[in-house]
Amino acid sequence: MSAEPHYTLYHPRWYRRRVSVWWWLQNRSYTGFVLRELTSVFVAFFAVVYLWQLRALAQGPEAYGQFLARLKTPLLLALDTVAFLFVLFHAITWFNLAPKAMVVRLRGKRVPDWVIVGLNYAAWLVLSGAVAFVLLRG
Amino acid sequence: MVGRITPLLWLLFSAGGTVAALLFPIHLLLTGLAFPLGWLEPPTYESLHRLLTHPVIRLYLFVLISLPLFHWAHRFRYTLYDGLQLKHLTELIAVLCYGAALLGTAMTAYLLWNIG
Repeated sequence: MSAEPHYTLYHPRWYRRRVSVWWWLQNRSYTGFVLRELTSVFVAFFAVVYLWQLRALAQGPEAYGQFLARLKTPLLLALDTVAFLFVLFHAITWFNLAPKAMVVRLRGKRVPDWVIVGLNYAAWLVLSGAVAFVLLRG
Repeated sequence: MVGRITPLLWLLFSAGGTVAALLFPIHLLLTGLAFPLGWLEPPTYESLHRLLTHPVIRLYLFVLISLPLFHWAHRFRYTLYDGLQLKHLTELIAVLCYGAALLGTAMTAYLLWNIG
């Protein structure tokens, strides 16, 4: 009986199949996940547009006029359209996930998910109205 | 370093995500589409400049620009890891993402502080 059990001293390297960079296109929910993750790029894009507007406002009326003219170029209109759709997708997925990220209890009872989602949408509506009011009052 | 401040980064991510979700669609719809396409009249330089003299508006703009940048930094970091399988570049990506968000925040603060 020379059959001593054989142990490898170090952990063997596991066999791992190479996964394509496009793994998320094979399944709809994976695609949704990656699209949701990509919304952050358009969030950053718009933050930069607003920063750019702020700089134009700091520089004076002429720079602000140039900023407004630049927004009318096809490239920026296309980018803004895509960014708007992605930001909208971000908002909807964010509100719908809110009750999972934040469990609220009132008098020991868990507030139902639809209440939290509803409050988020209500806040969205009110704040959007307030922003539009301030910007359009002129 | 990044490990120690991870809870703060998550907080910034979720605060920025909430700000972007609540406020970006309307701002983007107006500034990015309704004004340039002529659906609505864009605010004049004078009216925006008058708004900017108000400290509450300045604070609002700081929050509106800065927090979503940190939201981006945090989420995009993980998008790069998962989507493009760049796990070996972890530290470089973190420095670039949070660095860009910090830079944007500093520029916003500088402009808001100096606007006359």
